[in-house]
Amino acid sequence: MTPIYLDNNATTRVDPAAVEAMLPFFTEHFGNPSSIHAFGANVGTALKEARQKIQALLGAQHDSEIVFTSCGTESDATAILSALRAQPEKNTVITTAVEHPAILNLCDWLEKEGYIVHKLRVDRKGRLDLDEYRALLTPNVAIASVMWANNETGVLFPVEAMAEIAAARGTIFHTDAVQAVGKVPMDLKRTKIDMLSLSGHKLHAPKGIGVLYLRRGCRFRPLLRGGHQERGRRAGTENAPAIVALGKAAELAQAHLDFENTAVRRLRDKLEQAILSQVPHAFSAGDTANRLPNTSNIAFEYVEGEAILLLLNKQGIAASSGSACTSGSLEPSHVMRAMGIPYTAAHGTIRFSLSRDTTEEEIDRVIAAVPPIIARLRELSPYWNKDGPVENPAQAFAPAYA
Amino acid sequence: MWEYSEKVREHFFHPRNSGPLEKANGVGDVGSIQCGDALRLMLRINPDTDVIEEAKFQTFGCGSAIASSSALTEIVKGMPLDEALAVSNQDIADYLDGLPPEKMHCSVMGREALQAAIANYRGETWRDEHEEGALVCKCFAVDAVLIEDVIKANNLHTVEEVTFYTKAGGGCASCHESIEEILANVKAGRPGPGEASPPMKPIDPRPAAAPRLTLVQRIHKIEEVLEEVRPALIRDRGDVELVEVQGRNIYVNLKGACTGCMMEAATLGGIQQKMIETLGELVQVLPASYMPATET
Repeated sequence: MTPIYLDNNATTRVDPAAVEAMLPFFTEHFGNPSSIHAFGANVGTALKEARQKIQALLGAQHDSEIVFTSCGTESDATAILSALRAQPEKNTVITTAVEHPAILNLCDWLEKEGYIVHKLRVDRKGRLDLDEYRALLTPNVAIASVMWANNETGVLFPVEAMAEIAAARGTIFHTDAVQAVGKVPMDLKRTKIDMLSLSGHKLHAPKGIGVLYLRRGCRFRPLLRGGHQERGRRAGTENAPAIVALGKAAELAQAHLDFENTAVRRLRDKLEQAILSQVPHAFSAGDTANRLPNTSNIAFEYVEGEAILLLLNKQGIAASSGSACTSGSLEPSHVMRAMGIPYTAAHGTIRFSLSRDTTEEEIDRVIAAVPPIIARLRELSPYWNKDGPVENPAQAFAPAYA
Repeated sequence: MWEYSEKVREHFFHPRNSGPLEKANGVGDVGSIQCGDALRLMLRINPDTDVIEEAKFQTFGCGSAIASSSALTEIVKGMPLDEALAVSNQDIADYLDGLPPEKMHCSVMGREALQAAIANYRGETWRDEHEEGALVCKCFAVDAVLIEDVIKANNLHTVEEVTFYTKAGGGCASCHESIEEILANVKAGRPGPGEASPPMKPIDPRPAAAPRLTLVQRIHKIEEVLEEVRPALIRDRGDVELVEVQGRNIYVNLKGACTGCMMEAATLGGIQQKMIETLGELVQVLPASYMPATET
C-alpha cells in the first residue's frame, strides 16, 4: 500500500529536478561565492540565476529585492523587528489573530517588551474586517503584518488592498506568504507590499531556505549583521545548494501555477464534496469561496482529530488536525477558536492539503477511507447514537465531574 | 506524532468493551466535549457480591483517551468494588506500558470515571466530595482537592507536570499562581526528595548550627535507620547502602529491584523522614548519583 501524502501545507516533497539542480553545489561547485577564484565565481552566477527565477515568480521589480534567509520564520522576524528598529518613534504592530506562530509568538514577546500589538479578529468564515483594520492604523503603527493565505484553512486575505491602505498612511506592510507563493499569482511590483516572506520547503524546495522580499526603498535594519552577503542585509555565507534548488523550484512553481488552480483545485473539491456528502455532521471550515486551491479543512463533529489521524495513518494516509491533542497543547487550534468554531467540531478538524503530485487514485482512496473511520469513532463516542448526535449532547452526557 | 507504546496502539486500534452496556447499574461520566475528552464508564455490579461483572465504555477523545478507557474496563472486570476503588491512574498507565507525560490526564480521567461509576452504583453523588475544593482551573473545571490529590499521588513538582496530569492550567494559564501555591503547600507538608531536584534550595538559609553529634555518631545513627528500613526493601527484592555523608546531605545507593523503580523518590522520601526524626536535624537523603563530582 503506497502512502498518500495530503499534508503539503506542513511541508512538501522536494522536486527531483530541484534535487538534481542542487547536487553539484555540494561536491563540484562548492566554492564560496564571495571568493575571487573560479570556484567561487561559478557559484555566484548560479545564485544570480536563482535570484532572478524567484524575482520572476513574485513579480518583483528588481532581483536585488530578493534576500535569502534560512526559513520563513527568519524572514518574518527580520521584517517585523526591522520595521520597529528603523522607526523607533513608533511602538505598535498590527497583525491578525490567525497568523502562524512565527508571527504570533514573536508579537507576544514584543508585547512583553512593551510594544502594543493589535490582532485583527476574523468572522466565522475566517475573514477580516477591513474597517477594524482602518480604525487601528494610527500613526503609531510601525508595521502591519498580515498573512496572504492561512495555513490551516487556506483562506486568502486581501493583502494587496490592505497594503494600499497602509501605504496611504505611511505604514510599512508585510505579508507572510509562505502558503500562498506558488499557488496564487503574484505581481509585487504592481502592489504596495513592502515585505513578503516565503519558505522553500512549502514549494518543493528543501528545508532551511527562505526569502524575504524587500521592496527597494523600504527602510530596513538587518537581523544578522556580519559579512556583506545579500548586500549587507542578511550576513552569513549563502546556502548555495538550497538557493539553487529554490530557484529551480520557483521556476517549476511558476510553470505549475495554472495546474494548481485547475487540476489540483478539482481534486480538492472532489475530495471535499465526496466526504461531506457521505459524512453527516461535518462541514468545511473557512471561506470556501476564497481560499487556496489545495487546502480543505473539514470539521467532523463529535469525534476527536488525533484519533482520526491515527486511523488514517494506519491506512497510509497523512493529514493534520487542529485538535488540541495533536499539538501537545490542551486547546484546539487558535485559528478555529478565532473563527468561533464550536467546541463540538473544533476538536475534530482535519486539514487535507494537496500538491501537484497528488493523483486522482489517491483522492479516491481517501474518499473511501474517511467515512468508515468517522463512523467507527462516533460509535465509540458517548455523544453519538447510532445515526446521529444524542439529543442535546450537553444534557445527555452529564459529567459527575468535568 | 506521539510515541505511544505498542499496548496503547493495540488498545486504540482494537478497543475492548466499547459501546453501551445494557442493565448497567453504575455509570460514571467525566470530562466534556469542550475540553476534548469525555468518558462514560458503565458497570454491571453484582449486588450480592459487590463484584464488577461487566464493564463497558464510550469515549470521545484522542488515541490515548480511548486506549485508557479500554484498559480501565479490562482492569476492573471481575474486581470487587473495594479493590476497584484503589485502582489509580498510574495503574491504568502501567497497564498500557506507560503514557506520554502530556497524556497522563487520560489515565486520571479513567480513575475519575471509575470513582464516579461506583459512587453512582452506591447511590452517592461523587461530586459531593469535590465540592469542598475551590475551583482552580476554570478552563477545564479542575478544583484544588483534585490537584492536591494528584500532586501527592504522583509526586509532582511543577505546574507543567500538574497540567500534564490534570489539565489544570492548560488553558488560559491564569491559575498558574494558584497551582504554584498548592504545590508549595503540599511540598511543605511532605518530606520528599523534591528538595533535591535542581535548582537545589537550602532548606534553612541560616548557617547550620554545629551538629551536636560527631560524624561517627551520626553515621552510626544513619546506619541504624537504614537497618530499620532494610527488611521492607529486601521484601521487595531491593536494598539500600550508605555511600557518603556530606554535611546535611546523605547519599545512598538503592540496589536490586529498587534501582530505577518508579517509587524510588517515595522510598527516599520515607527514609529521609526517618532520618530527620532520628537525627533531630534537617537532612536530605539523595541518590549517590546526585553527589557533587570530586575534583581529582
